[in-house]
Amino acid sequence: MNFTISKRASTLTLALIIIGLVLAVIGVAGDHTDHRQYSWAAFYTNALFFFFIALGTLFFYALNHVTETAWTVLVKRVYEAIATYLPWGALAVLVVLVAGSMGLHHIFPWMDGRVLDAGDPDHYDGHIAHISSYLNKPFFWFRALLILGVFVFFTRWFRKHSIQMDGETGDTLVRSHWKNYNRSVVFIVCFAFFSSVLAWDWVMSIDPHWHSALFGWYVFGGMWCSAMITAVIFVLYLKGKGYLPQVNANHLQDMGKWVFAVSFLWSYLYFEQFLLIWYSDVPEEAAYYFGRLNHHPWLTWVTFFANFALPMVLLMSRDAKRSPKYLIFVGVLIFIGHWLDTVQMIMPSSLALHFERIGILEIGFFALFLGVFIRMVLTAFTKAPLTVVAHPFLEESVHHHI
Amino acid sequence: MANKVIYAVYEDPELLKDAARKLVTAGVRVKDVFSPFPIHGIDPIIGLKRTRMGIVSFMFGAFGLSLAILGTYYMAIYDWPMNIGGKPNQFYYQNVAAFVPVLFEFTVLCAAHGMAITYLIRNKTLPGMPGRNPDPRSTNDKFIIELRTEENHGHAPEAITAMLRETTVLEINERQY
Repeated sequence: MNFTISKRASTLTLALIIIGLVLAVIGVAGDHTDHRQYSWAAFYTNALFFFFIALGTLFFYALNHVTETAWTVLVKRVYEAIATYLPWGALAVLVVLVAGSMGLHHIFPWMDGRVLDAGDPDHYDGHIAHISSYLNKPFFWFRALLILGVFVFFTRWFRKHSIQMDGETGDTLVRSHWKNYNRSVVFIVCFAFFSSVLAWDWVMSIDPHWHSALFGWYVFGGMWCSAMITAVIFVLYLKGKGYLPQVNANHLQDMGKWVFAVSFLWSYLYFEQFLLIWYSDVPEEAAYYFGRLNHHPWLTWVTFFANFALPMVLLMSRDAKRSPKYLIFVGVLIFIGHWLDTVQMIMPSSLALHFERIGILEIGFFALFLGVFIRMVLTAFTKAPLTVVAHPFLEESVHHHI
Repeated sequence: MANKVIYAVYEDPELLKDAARKLVTAGVRVKDVFSPFPIHGIDPIIGLKRTRMGIVSFMFGAFGLSLAILGTYYMAIYDWPMNIGGKPNQFYYQNVAAFVPVLFEFTVLCAAHGMAITYLIRNKTLPGMPGRNPDPRSTNDKFIIELRTEENHGHAPEAITAMLRETTVLEINERQY
């Protein structure tokens, strides 16, 4: 069955985009920070958040190929559709990185050439000079373009190949399945390395004086979790509209389990990072949490409890994961929780004390990106049958039972 | 009429499932099924209730967490305040981050052990307990359905046996008890 975008969805996403644009324009006009840094940071927060959702989805999709998971075959197209946002999300991230390289904002302090000039005592920064063999523009751009190129290549290839598989049968189909398997192995290896590198480059380098060895995993945990929630919400939306008739409570329970499990992964990494820094109390490490806990305690604590305690308590029982209404309610809560996590990752570091509370800029850009994101995913749904036509595991997925 | 227990032996879990489905549809109550490994999907067919193991696990986990909180509080705050990196230690909440690994591990320990022991007791399979298996072959390669005549007053024992004969049964054993 093919998907058509309902009039209501079309109007609502358009309204989101327009409201977001209006709020963002008002916000940018009233932004008095140097270089309009606040607007850039708010834009960057949301660009990264939605890019991470698409990337986390692509990772989980490849993981299913590698582990030869059968039950996800019925919802495969949903993951694909979310991943089609990846190139556009990458573009939004690139805009901020290019602007930073051109000196249009100072979110990344090391991009300013003056910090390396030992003859300029006002701007010289010994630590950044020390790590400049890694953090310099040519090497940074080499990494950024390589990472994005590889990700975009795999997104497009997986999607093309999956649609091509719809018309195959017998041995050709099985060969296609093994091809998926092999390419996914390559992708996972690349992703394992690149997800850490992009976390250092695009997020941790906002604070070039602060280092955390497990920052890459923490960012990865967050992106994986938000991806799992997004997939559940889209599947529930489609089911509510009468699509995906073969997806039943068993599939929903497993998707809910993933949200539950990955929430713990995120909480574990978030807390582990905090615990080690809190325990050793080394000033250059503690500075990261000092600012956050002293100036934005509610943001830090709400982020932690919304992403740890809420999924733990609300998604523990079997019935909770099998009830669509309940699952969608919890899913939206955690989705917002992970957005807050991205906000507290980017905003306090980029703006120091200029960031006081979440204002219309963050919310405006959030609405704008959300509208574009939903529209793109829904459009991708219309481009291919919502359930794969042919797959070696399709039958097994239909009869999934736990 | 003495109460009888009927054992129907099958060679394949799928054959057993088909037979059980047929018996249950005809209104016969299946007492139990013995097999060398868990048979997927047998629970709803013979009307087993959902396991309450999850609730047991949660209760043991909550118990472990409480015990760990009490223990860390008594040892490291009340009885002998620990100086961790010069941090203030008059109150539990000021040091709770340091205890989180212990709280977590102790919760998992209690939940896992409590659940395993409860499971063994409930199944009467604690080490040293006498085996309740009707036929040792069900631990190897045979799959057995157990029926009791006292639970099936609506059907004559002969009728049940006849019904079993219609399925792809290997052998039918009857026993008085």
